[in-house]
Amino acid sequence: MQVTKNTPTNTLPRVSEWRRVTRVFTSRPTVTIGGIILLLVVICAVFAKWLAPFPPNQIDMTASMVQPGVRGHLLGTDDLGRDILSRLIYGSQVALTVGLTATTLSAIIGVSLGITAGYFGKWGNMVIMRITDAMMSFPNILLALIIAAVLGGGTRNLIIALTIGTIPGYVRMTNGLTLGIKENEYVLAGRAMGASPLRQMVTHILPNALSPIIVQMTLQLGMLILAESGLSFLGVGISPPTSAWGSMVYQGYVYLETNPVISLAPGVAIMLVVFAFNMVGDGLRDALDPKLRGKL
Amino acid sequence: MATYIVRRLIAAVIVILLVTLATFFMMRLIPGDPLQLFMSGTLNINSLAPDKLAALRHEFGLDKPVMLQYLTWLGNIFRGDLGTSLYYQVPVGHLIAQRYPVTLHLGVLALVISTTLGLLIGLVAALKRGKWMDTLATSLAYLGQAVPVFWLGILLIYIFNLTLHWLPTSGYTSPFVNFGQSTRQLIMPVICLSITTLSSTARQMRSSMLEVIRQDYIRTAWSKGISERNIVMTHALKNSLIPVITLIGLFVPWIFGGSVFVETIFAIPGIGRLLVESIIGKDYIVVQSITLIIAIIVIFTNLIVDISYSWIDPRIRFN
Repeated sequence: MQVTKNTPTNTLPRVSEWRRVTRVFTSRPTVTIGGIILLLVVICAVFAKWLAPFPPNQIDMTASMVQPGVRGHLLGTDDLGRDILSRLIYGSQVALTVGLTATTLSAIIGVSLGITAGYFGKWGNMVIMRITDAMMSFPNILLALIIAAVLGGGTRNLIIALTIGTIPGYVRMTNGLTLGIKENEYVLAGRAMGASPLRQMVTHILPNALSPIIVQMTLQLGMLILAESGLSFLGVGISPPTSAWGSMVYQGYVYLETNPVISLAPGVAIMLVVFAFNMVGDGLRDALDPKLRGKL
Repeated sequence: MATYIVRRLIAAVIVILLVTLATFFMMRLIPGDPLQLFMSGTLNINSLAPDKLAALRHEFGLDKPVMLQYLTWLGNIFRGDLGTSLYYQVPVGHLIAQRYPVTLHLGVLALVISTTLGLLIGLVAALKRGKWMDTLATSLAYLGQAVPVFWLGILLIYIFNLTLHWLPTSGYTSPFVNFGQSTRQLIMPVICLSITTLSSTARQMRSSMLEVIRQDYIRTAWSKGISERNIVMTHALKNSLIPVITLIGLFVPWIFGGSVFVETIFAIPGIGRLLVESIIGKDYIVVQSITLIIAIIVIFTNLIVDISYSWIDPRIRFN
């Protein structure tokens, strides 16, 4: 349990959180690299229409299996003559959409449940935590796999599957945080002054739990993009015509011997994005986690 | 201590029951008639005589109310009967007994390699903090946590099989039948399966070692003139292992999750591949059973990890 009593922050000079974040971003090369990669991926996703040299689903059987660098296809083409680079660029849209939506949804649901259960305690807490235990006793990716199979493929169902699989992590984390935070005098004072439970949860507890939640969300984004690509690879994720990185790896696998780029290039994209989110998440954690302050 | 274990065991049973309930009803939500699978896709289910269909439904107990089906399934489990696979038409128990040792072999190897190597790499990185070895180890660990397992498998196949012709791509041979062949076939799958956990162990070990080295008692040990080797091995290592053990508890579900991909890519007949095939093929009895077994294994590993804390760290006592 976290004991936040007697924190000496009020005696120290105030340093803005924002400045702390920018300092971590500029002073640590890995975090800087992660930030730059993320920026590039976001640019790719937003401006895909203008950046991609070819339409991502344009089938051209006369340009089937073109080797990289030939006829204007920087990374070559796949069996249907679709430009790999363009599909990679458009793939960033799928990765970011699925990752961001699933992270936001699972964080909202998970944090609400975790704080509510932690605040009220008693049997409600027991029930929610046991359900969380049950969900966490099963590998995340397998849970998402089963749900995706039950719902059928497609972006929306994939997001639902990944969201459900990710909720328990947030519930457990915020539940633990809430149990610690609600012991503080300011929460007690708030209750004495007649603050409603909802008001206490939103204005007293949530802001104090926010830093770890933000860090968790950033790290989760990478994990979810990894999971999305995995499910798409297995064929239960994004359906074929859409260019998702995971399904691109799968489709190119057959041609590994003749044209390895088709299968290997999307994997590099996945790895870079996940790496970038992990870097930025770590940087944020070091910037926002009070326990680590001054040590790095 | 005893009451703690009993309480945890009761909680574990409740959680396992929840898991069975959830998977059972989730599998019933899959669109499509499971009996179609029984026909192996060769026959259209609608072309079958209605009375034959009804007989089949009765045989598999699909004509009973869902709640009754669940209770029957649960009751049968306690009698050691997991049901019959719709696709393979053999008892699920047999199927799992056949496939599980393969995943166990792969998983245990991956677990042992990732923890021993991970601890070693993390330890070296912490002791050589800021040197090139640390930078290299940390960067590789970061990449290792970001790499998609399935893609790494394909990359390894491209390098070691298609280009260098060093290793066989796929299949599984029991080590009791042909140890050399078995080892050669398992090199790539084990690398894939252990890469993420190895990276996490190395990172956790490094940071927890750095944390411990800063403690007062380590400084005291230095000032008493104890050798570096002694300080690291007896004073620092033991204390820095505690957070790493938590992590190892989390690896068991990770290994199961990863085995799905690794076994699919390398065509290994383990439980992960069976699960994917059964999910896609709607062989719900197999999915239910595998889910249950994985959940039981994960829950009990967590229990063991939690209990082992008290032995390693006397400050943690349960009451």
